[in-house]
Amino acid sequence: MAETGVRVGLFVTCLVDLFRPSVGFAAVKLLEEAGCSVEAPFAQTCCGQPSYNSGDRQSATRIAEKVIETFADYDYVVVPSGSCAGMIRRHYPGLFAEDAEMRARAEALAAKTYELTSFLVGVRGFTRVKARWRKRVTYHDGCSGLRELGVRDEPRTLLASVEGLALSELSGAETCCGFGGSFAVKYPDISDKMVADKVADIAASGAEAVLCGDLGCLLNIAGKLCRLGRAVEARHVAEVLAGMAEELPPIGAPG
Amino acid sequence: MLLNSRDFPANAREGLGNPTLQKALSMARTGFPEKRARAIERLPEFESLREKARAIKEATLANLDFYLETYENKVLAAGGKVHWARSASEAREAVLAICRSVGAKTVTKGKSMVAEEVGLNPFLEENGITPIETDLGEYIIQLRREPPSHIIAPAIHLVKEEVAQSFREAHRELPPQRPLSEARQLCDEARAVLRPRFLAADAGITGANFLVAETGSSLIVTNEGNGDLTQLLPRVHIVMASIEKLVPTLEDAATLLRLLARSATGQEFSAYTTLSTGPRREGDEDGPEAYHVVLLDNGRSALLGGEFEDILRCIRCAACLNHCPVYTAVGGHAYGTVYPGPMGAVLSPALFGLEECAHLPNASTFCGRCEAVCPMQIPLPKMMRGWREREFTQKKAPAVARAALRLWAFFALRPGLYHPFARIVARALFAAGARRGRFRSLLFHSGWTAVRDLPAPEGRTFHHLWAKRRKGA
Ligand code: SF4
Repeated sequence: MAETGVRVGLFVTCLVDLFRPSVGFAAVKLLEEAGCSVEAPFAQTCCGQPSYNSGDRQSATRIAEKVIETFADYDYVVVPSGSCAGMIRRHYPGLFAEDAEMRARAEALAAKTYELTSFLVGVRGFTRVKARWRKRVTYHDGCSGLRELGVRDEPRTLLASVEGLALSELSGAETCCGFGGSFAVKYPDISDKMVADKVADIAASGAEAVLCGDLGCLLNIAGKLCRLGRAVEARHVAEVLAGMAEELPPIGAPG
Repeated sequence: MLLNSRDFPANAREGLGNPTLQKALSMARTGFPEKRARAIERLPEFESLREKARAIKEATLANLDFYLETYENKVLAAGGKVHWARSASEAREAVLAICRSVGAKTVTKGKSMVAEEVGLNPFLEENGITPIETDLGEYIIQLRREPPSHIIAPAIHLVKEEVAQSFREAHRELPPQRPLSEARQLCDEARAVLRPRFLAADAGITGANFLVAETGSSLIVTNEGNGDLTQLLPRVHIVMASIEKLVPTLEDAATLLRLLARSATGQEFSAYTTLSTGPRREGDEDGPEAYHVVLLDNGRSALLGGEFEDILRCIRCAACLNHCPVYTAVGGHAYGTVYPGPMGAVLSPALFGLEECAHLPNASTFCGRCEAVCPMQIPLPKMMRGWREREFTQKKAPAVARAALRLWAFFALRPGLYHPFARIVARALFAAGARRGRFRSLLFHSGWTAVRDLPAPEGRTFHHLWAKRRKGA
């Protein structure tokens, strides 16, 4: 597997960095298995989405400039989040409408930035992981990954190679879980209704675990599962694919 | 017209807590989307039609002045008249003047969102003219004195039992014991009650789905045929429409019609598609003696050429409402404007002011389903973000939120500060929450922990661990 010609810059995301570094290490493991050499530059923090979606375009632009600079020299940038990858791919170029040079650099970054599972499957042709996990799981498609990046089949392809794992599709898989960044805090009642519906669908799927490619959605879903005292585990898909699910407690469980 | 968008969070809470409303909303939540999905499946050229439709409207909007003038000339040539209304009040006055000129006492109305936008009904009533809604949904909400809660299904917030109750209260001349438990019975009763009113009306007001520049025609689609009776039977037909309803040709209208009903109700075509061009001509068997169009701007022309122009492509199919997880959770009344859901979150601030409607573009997770289903490819999330940007730069966003955002950006731009700080936060949260793995509450009141737990972090940040691993390697 030691084709190390491909240099990947891992964009960790602020949520993974703070809440669940294991997801970052799972991503590194998978990328290395797929023949990449991985670096996670210290100069990164956040993709700027909180500022961007709250109307602070100026700050978002400054953060984007920094990300563009930090990751300019990698062959690829891989993100264990459809939402943050979507921010870089779909929204960075538009931040520099007035600045042709920066726009070109933003487009160059956008073109080489991928959500983790779509990079593994689509770019590396890596479809079989060396993991086993005897569980019935269901999958929630994060909205940005699904609709901004068209990521749908890739996580399922990879999960199909996990020994012992069975996937039951979630009804309403394409419906938002109610996270939406600051939306969850600003409109808790509406967010509650959305995540309660999501959790009810998860329960109805009969799965023992719900997986997703976005930690934002997962903190929301896991938080609701815990609040309702449901036994369903919530995990980032990378943990399962990297074979870390056995020893790592699920999101929201005592560590 | 009711406008209480400022109370959106409280309105939303009320809607969420209303079990009857929740039951009623299931039609929007699942019925419409499923029917739409089936209709689109049967239309392989859907995507290319969307492209075409978008191009038609973009070209129209780029030359809107030209098409408006062409349209007016054609209306005049057909014997009709166009009344330009810059504002809601000008539109109301124009309608009143027409009604007065023929001594109208009662007017029948087909469904018109523009009439709702300008608050026509209360205004006519104040001036001694009785408006009678003839679309079943509109008729129901008129009886209940409620605003519409959906742009194509105005009474979607009601269940059958509530409608029956309203009918019993309103139609006191009918036997009190009559059965009204079936939708069919309700329809029949409304039809029987409305029939003489159609005949007695002095003027008929309809909206327009499209205005066709090349012929000066207005076009409406309905499923009940009420629009035809409204515009054919009275002596005067008044069309109320906003300026972005223009399309250049009949062919263009036909293209858009292929998308409209499919996106709206999942029908291939609405039951009735009616074109009207001027008043009755010599030899016509029926039709009005006079034909007027009240053409409303109300802030729309100011959107041309700007970042919100795209919303003027909207054909009011309501797909974005039906697929919106927020709309289908809280219902249309929560929005507090006539235009709810994603299209309303973009349009309402333009029409009624950002200050009044600031909640609407904020109350979205940007899940993107609205844009994905919009037949006109309108980038709704992008424009909601646009309103948030205006709110932020005009310093209308709450000061605490602004300060928090700036602070966040300050750290995000300084990795040397950010990472040590993140390490401390991860540690502290871990120390406080690791035993249970999650927080049921935080030290301060938070919308997050009000409804769900906050999972505790693993204790160390990725970058901390990564640096250690590097050193070890
Ligand atoms: S914005 Fe698009 S989906 Fe929504 S009503 Fe208008 S045309 Fe339909």
